[in-house]
Amino acid sequence: MSSRDLILGRVRAALRDAPVVAEVPREYRQGGRAVDVEVLVDRLVDYKAEVHRVSSAEVVGAVAAIVGGEAAVLVPPGLPESWRPAGAFVDDDLAPDRIAAADAVLTAAAVAVAETGTIVLDASPDQGRRIITLLPDVHICVLRTDQVVAAVPDAVARLDPRRPLTWISGPSATSDIELNRVEGVHGPRHLHVLLVAD
Amino acid sequence: MSTFLGMPATAPRGVGHLRGDQTFPRAAHDALGNSQLRRNLRHATTTIRGKSGKVIAELPDWQELRDAGSAIKADVMARLPELLEELEARVTEAGGVVHWAADANEANEIVTRLVRETGSSRVIKVKSMATQEIGLNEALEEAGITPVETDLAELIVQLGDDKPSHILVPAIHRNRSEIREIFLRAMPGVDPALTDDPPVLAAAARRYLRETFLSTEVAVSGANFAIAATGTLGVVESEGNGRMCLTLPDTLITVMGIEKVLPTWRDLEVFLQLLPRASTGERMNPYTTMWTGVTPGDGPQNFHLVLLDNGRSAVLADTAGRQALHCIRCSACLNVCPVYERTGGHSYGSVYPGPIGAVLSPQLTGVADNASLPYASSLCGACFDACPVKIDIPSLLVHLRNQVPHPPAERAAMAAAAYTMARPRLYANAQRAAKLARIAGRRGRGLPPPFSGWTAGRDLPEFPSQTFRDWWAER
Ligand code: SF4
Repeated sequence: MSSRDLILGRVRAALRDAPVVAEVPREYRQGGRAVDVEVLVDRLVDYKAEVHRVSSAEVVGAVAAIVGGEAAVLVPPGLPESWRPAGAFVDDDLAPDRIAAADAVLTAAAVAVAETGTIVLDASPDQGRRIITLLPDVHICVLRTDQVVAAVPDAVARLDPRRPLTWISGPSATSDIELNRVEGVHGPRHLHVLLVAD
Repeated sequence: MSTFLGMPATAPRGVGHLRGDQTFPRAAHDALGNSQLRRNLRHATTTIRGKSGKVIAELPDWQELRDAGSAIKADVMARLPELLEELEARVTEAGGVVHWAADANEANEIVTRLVRETGSSRVIKVKSMATQEIGLNEALEEAGITPVETDLAELIVQLGDDKPSHILVPAIHRNRSEIREIFLRAMPGVDPALTDDPPVLAAAARRYLRETFLSTEVAVSGANFAIAATGTLGVVESEGNGRMCLTLPDTLITVMGIEKVLPTWRDLEVFLQLLPRASTGERMNPYTTMWTGVTPGDGPQNFHLVLLDNGRSAVLADTAGRQALHCIRCSACLNVCPVYERTGGHSYGSVYPGPIGAVLSPQLTGVADNASLPYASSLCGACFDACPVKIDIPSLLVHLRNQVPHPPAERAAMAAAAYTMARPRLYANAQRAAKLARIAGRRGRGLPPPFSGWTAGRDLPEFPSQTFRDWWAER
């Protein structure tokens, strides 16, 4: 007998009492509430992410102000041209050490959740492979205000589970040493959010 | 009783970390003498409790979320066979390979074989209760494969040749100077001028691990959930070591208990709200990674999912006990438990400490192998209130106490007590005798043999100076 059949057989035997389960009560707050971008900003700042409010024309200037004009900025292949700093290098299957050597990575986002301060990346062409937002020390993320939803149920409804998803709520952090919060263990140590309203 | 193939079986002996070397009272006795441990634990549990309470209070629908979480889990247990088959089909369609492991031995064999097939002799690991439960690190080491724990606390535990003491903060029993000493002694290439400042210690771990992340081709992880309808798996974490392991290597092997499956994608809207707030007291944990099979050009190109039973079907077979499988490993019950706060995680002798450990471990191993754990509680009920999926741990403890095989002397005493209490005149006499025994026994605290074993782990209640019957008769 295969282990698969053995386990399924055991589980079926364990359920001989044929438990009947009532429908799941979903009385909790559902999606579709009004979005308050200020709540998102408050949560992001609480996580020590830095928030910059810019117009889409100001993205390039804002990036330069964060990392300096000379910095090596990595961008995914599908990032809108107008957001790319001059001299940005594009991820066309770069080796990990090249990615790690970038001063910063600049991406778009898929969805953001105001109530929890979470930004979700779904590896679309304007966000790139998961690795590019992982190795550089600085992640600059352009977020359009129309991508902000009120709460977790809205984000789950908007996302496609078949894509690889990264939910980011502030920079990497640990509390493993005497519960002291230390930012930046493995992911990017700095998260900048460029909030674009136009 | 003969065992039929296909009957639920408990976790095998001799492998993994579900059974302690000592009974709970004996281990707890040692822990109670360690004041440093108790200070660390009290600080940790009070801090996390405070943070958690604050962010839970922000959600007006916390109780409704708990109701939904609890009901979804009950539904999962009732439909486990079909959900597992559905999960298997979706993961396979998405390019993953699904393996079934009846117990710890088989899971270790599968993972060892898969690692060997890659030709690699080192794996990076995401913190995972399931792989600790089966003793995977020991099995890999025996096969000549080096497992490197990448969660900072797990790394501290691994380098210190130690055991985790908390689900969420496994190295909470260590303070900064101990951690510095462990790093200096066991971390390759560490700067000898290392201080005990937490950011400095974290930076040392970052340097050491980054090299390992970039040069290791196989990762082993657990999973916080797996969605049957879509084949999506998820790992919830803080440090980014999870993202590293789940993104950088060519091969990813995920070991997951069969109870972790959730029916639909939508169900995540409940658990992604419950878990971080109950666990670390954050509105959301810093990183969550979700993947479905293999994505060409992004992340690991080989994905294996190992579905682990190891006693879970036996837990499922107990109609009352099965709700222990609802646990989402948030650790909230540990942080509110007065017994855990004083004894620490090691006393429970299992990777699952605290209130949930006291009900889950004995069920996974069979109650006889962890007979003292159902007594490792004051039944105060705080764990029930804290649990985001409303597991009624106190009732489960009482339920399991009834299954504990009591030694013959104790059983005789209990039988005698039951007989006496059912016969009023005898009971009245016994009460007077107890009063005499109390006076006679003033020098010692426990009962004389053969009952001394029973009282060694419990304080004998003070008998009142006057029985109710005496008082009633005197009026
Ligand atoms: S039993 Fe409940 S409170 Fe305890 S770890 Fe599991 S989910 Fe959390």
